[in-house]
Amino acid sequence: MTGDDARHLPLEDIHRAAGAKFGPFAGWSMPLTYPAGVMKEHLHVREHAGLFDISHMKLFEVDGADAVALLDRACPLDAGAIAASQSKYTLLLNDKAGVLDDLIVTRLGGQRFMIVANAGNAAADEQHLRALARDLDMRITPLERVFLAIQGPEASAALSGTGIETEALTFMHGVEPKKDWFLTRSGYTGEDGFEIGLPEEDARALVARLLGDERVEWIGLAARDSLRLEAGLCLHGQDITADTNPVDAGLMWAIPKEIRATGAFVGADALREAIAQGPARKRVGLKPEGRQPVRAGSPLFDADGNPAGTVTSGGFGPSAGHPVAMGYVAAALAAPGTPLFADVRGAKIPVSIHPLPFTPHRYRKG
Amino acid sequence: MPKTYYTEDHEWLSVEGGVATIGITDYAQEQLGDIVFVELPEAGKALAKGDTAVVVESVKAASDVYAPVDGEITEANEALASDPALVNSAATGDGWLWKMKLSDESQLAGLMDEAAYKAHIG
Repeated sequence: MTGDDARHLPLEDIHRAAGAKFGPFAGWSMPLTYPAGVMKEHLHVREHAGLFDISHMKLFEVDGADAVALLDRACPLDAGAIAASQSKYTLLLNDKAGVLDDLIVTRLGGQRFMIVANAGNAAADEQHLRALARDLDMRITPLERVFLAIQGPEASAALSGTGIETEALTFMHGVEPKKDWFLTRSGYTGEDGFEIGLPEEDARALVARLLGDERVEWIGLAARDSLRLEAGLCLHGQDITADTNPVDAGLMWAIPKEIRATGAFVGADALREAIAQGPARKRVGLKPEGRQPVRAGSPLFDADGNPAGTVTSGGFGPSAGHPVAMGYVAAALAAPGTPLFADVRGAKIPVSIHPLPFTPHRYRKG
Repeated sequence: MPKTYYTEDHEWLSVEGGVATIGITDYAQEQLGDIVFVELPEAGKALAKGDTAVVVESVKAASDVYAPVDGEITEANEALASDPALVNSAATGDGWLWKMKLSDESQLAGLMDEAAYKAHIG
């Protein structure tokens, strides 16, 4: 996609003024780095508080008598069992149980839910949901919001410094603190933090206040990627796709046991079959030996040189202090410590299976 | 006195006595961001103009650095094995990548001088 076709963030002028370098991602022109650079930005999030503009992601409100029915149909989820203000990580599956997208669903109230979808999938997700909702009584409303994340051990203090109540909220809970605001304690860095959807004018005021706090710095998409990879979190389109099922991807924790057995969601039959067969391959962490990063797409081989799998995400982990990667390997080779080789431009780089995450999660579970 | 040349791919060459020391420009290192690994070539390897000489890896991506002219590698900057960030902090000095003996010095005529390179990056 050329720069001219890309969609632009509502706060792009603020990022330009902050010295951001932009690059294309999922059809958007996104700040990749700021002058501090990816390494310092990454470490800043782990030590202080990083502010991310994630307005490329899409918020959908689902409201109406059949909102629970729609979610139960679209996702391997017990939507009716979600308590008010509780958030759940869940998936949109196709009829082969392939992952169309991963979502966060939050119950705002009795029949109202908020869905957060990935940028690149948002349009397809909306179409898919509308098709599933055809005979149901509810509304799906895409919201025009600026969407910010503030992440890191000082995120809560910095955000509460702007007058927003944060301490009552625990990890994976969301509320509507003001008109057209949506605030969750969640994120995609492995750190404590918040995501905030809000109107542009309010966002400009909030950003100005947050950046007035010396603990807070802008963080670009490059560090967002290295942070989530260290945290062992999947990037849809790389680590999970329409060709991966939740069994292979190690995402069964997101699917309640009774739903696996009795749920009537799209892909239920295929998922039950995949569960019965067990995973042929597994998503694992990979630690390359030495300093050379192993990137997405690199083929993996076992000690005898037989194909073993593929790397789906890879780079350098600034907090880990070494290269980090994620990928799929044959189930028999998925035990931590198993020695494998990655092919990098014809050279065989030793890698070993490493437990995920590479850096411990520090969520505020209350 | 060495003479310095630049390429459209944001490399610099400092040439003296038929040997070029080659690195990437400050502009290039800034575009790449934090360098975490440099795949160095073996001395003795012959390269034709346009061949990949070195791979520079940033946190996010791997980037090829091409031989700007024909020649034979005489030395790689081994200091980058333990401190790849030298490419960021001293791109045009201690962060040089490799040295090569030139096979055809007339190829240098196709490269830019500093003024032309500055105009190139605008």
